[in-house]
Amino acid sequence: MPEQFYWALEAAFNGLMTGVLYALVALGFVLIYKASGIFNYAQGVMALFAAMTLVGIMEGQVPFSHLINAALGTDVHHFGWHLPAVVGILLTVGVMILFAWVVQKVIFKHLIGQEPIILFMATIGLAYFMEGFGDLMWGSDIKTLDLPLPRGTNMWLDEATFNLFGYGFFINNLDMVATVIAIVLVAALVLFSQYTKQGRAMRAVADDHQAALSVGINLNFIWVLVWSLAGFVALVAGVMWGANSGVQFSLSLIALKALPVLMLGGFTSIPGAIVGGLIIGVGEKLFEFFIGPMVGGATENWFAYVLALLFLVFRPQGLFGDKIIERV
Amino acid sequence: MNMTAQDDGYTTADGRKIGPVMMEMKNITLRFGGVKAITDISFDIREGEIRAIIGPNGAGKSSMLNVISGFYIPQEGEVWYKGARRPQMRPFEVARQGIARTFQNIALFEGMSVLDNVMTGRLNHMSTNLLQQGMWYGKAQKEEIANRETVERVIDFLEIQSIRKTPVSRLPYGLKKRVELARALAAEPTLLLLDEPMAGMNVEEKEDMSRFILDVNDEFGTTIALIEHDMGVVMDLSDRVVVMDYGKKIGDGTPDEVRSNQDVIDAYLGVAHD
Repeated sequence: MPEQFYWALEAAFNGLMTGVLYALVALGFVLIYKASGIFNYAQGVMALFAAMTLVGIMEGQVPFSHLINAALGTDVHHFGWHLPAVVGILLTVGVMILFAWVVQKVIFKHLIGQEPIILFMATIGLAYFMEGFGDLMWGSDIKTLDLPLPRGTNMWLDEATFNLFGYGFFINNLDMVATVIAIVLVAALVLFSQYTKQGRAMRAVADDHQAALSVGINLNFIWVLVWSLAGFVALVAGVMWGANSGVQFSLSLIALKALPVLMLGGFTSIPGAIVGGLIIGVGEKLFEFFIGPMVGGATENWFAYVLALLFLVFRPQGLFGDKIIERV
Repeated sequence: MNMTAQDDGYTTADGRKIGPVMMEMKNITLRFGGVKAITDISFDIREGEIRAIIGPNGAGKSSMLNVISGFYIPQEGEVWYKGARRPQMRPFEVARQGIARTFQNIALFEGMSVLDNVMTGRLNHMSTNLLQQGMWYGKAQKEEIANRETVERVIDFLEIQSIRKTPVSRLPYGLKKRVELARALAAEPTLLLLDEPMAGMNVEEKEDMSRFILDVNDEFGTTIALIEHDMGVVMDLSDRVVVMDYGKKIGDGTPDEVRSNQDVIDAYLGVAHD
């Protein structure tokens, strides 16, 4: 029995770390949704695009090289440099800020006051455009993200727990790093929104557009800021996921896992995104561990969605979301 | 009382000195599709004045306030502010020019505390950029503290110390109105626009609000333009009154002048049009 218990505990730990990543992606959704009422279908593709850009910049890839070569008959592929990770990340952040600005300027500035469904459709278009644009810019081959992060099983933890309980826990180093980074990021975001002028303006815009205008807040600036933050969060999520399983198209599908997280936590709550992510991460691992063998496994594929469905039936606003009040 | 746009103002009955024209609306016409909300209206607001816009429901008062604060853009006419013609501006730019406002249906940040709400009024007085704010060090911190002091003074002034930390969504209507006034005051506006500050209040709350409006004008010298359809309150508060009906101006002058204006009496009491 204790053996079974340790296995379950190990599964839960691993789930906790996956959950942190789900939470990060969900956080990107919440940021944009709160401030502008836009449900950003492109969040997953943004993570993919950010990770591709990071790899491309670090490897010194020439952007649009296929296009350039086809048009000019040249044969350029690489600048011939390898940049350190820090420089690469800073430049990628710059690209994501530029992206946020362009998205606001070209698309959403012209859609102010439109129905949510129209805003949503615009983000679907954006997602598919970005997918193609990313491929055109950096090529569609699978890339490896080579960051100086610790990998493999944490031997120290394995030994320490083995000596303590007689059972060694297998915890991935990368997962632990991802968790720490995610926690720091979330804490920084919370501090930023609570204690800075721009954070206060962000909360104000999320609450009431008209009132925000009346105190002199430039909505466009705040929306660019929010999209930039979402882009940054997407970068972190993309890097963590990409470092684990390579930068390829399937990375953009993590957005789909964020959907049940949002159903659980509520679309408007930052703590909700975090708690929801953790519940889904741990829940799907434990469910697979206990129930999986009975139903033939592969429960991780659907557990989150069924849980979300239950929430939709019994608590549609999620755990922390704004209560839905309908006037009759 | 004879006034032209060029003179330096006048002295009120209670001895307050009113300055030169601060804001002038020239031949404003505002249409929504085929409906004319405002038809060719001109009037001015002087420095230090309490100026009221009154009229029956649907007269176009709120539309006029929205024109002044930049929420509506009139099809015709000019807005002059501090001696210069104001180019077409978005509402947040108008706010940055020192024009603060409240709303008829209260537009507060419901999820935030009273203190945070009032602090948003200071946003335009904070000059540190994103990077400095992100570091939260030195200048940003000093700035926050200085602005916090101003906010505390406003909170004391409006006697809402006891609810500083309360989320706004939990406050009763009358107090929400007062918090909204506090947020507008925190901006230290040169022109304060109040959209029906007394709507939906009981007699006691109305008296409190009237006192605050007079005190604000008296203590900070803030110029105030307010809209009200309750005639009694307005006449006691304001120095000059514009009367609107069906989008047109039907009277303009001191409360006494307006009270004896036949058009105004007709508009308020109703008159048989044959």
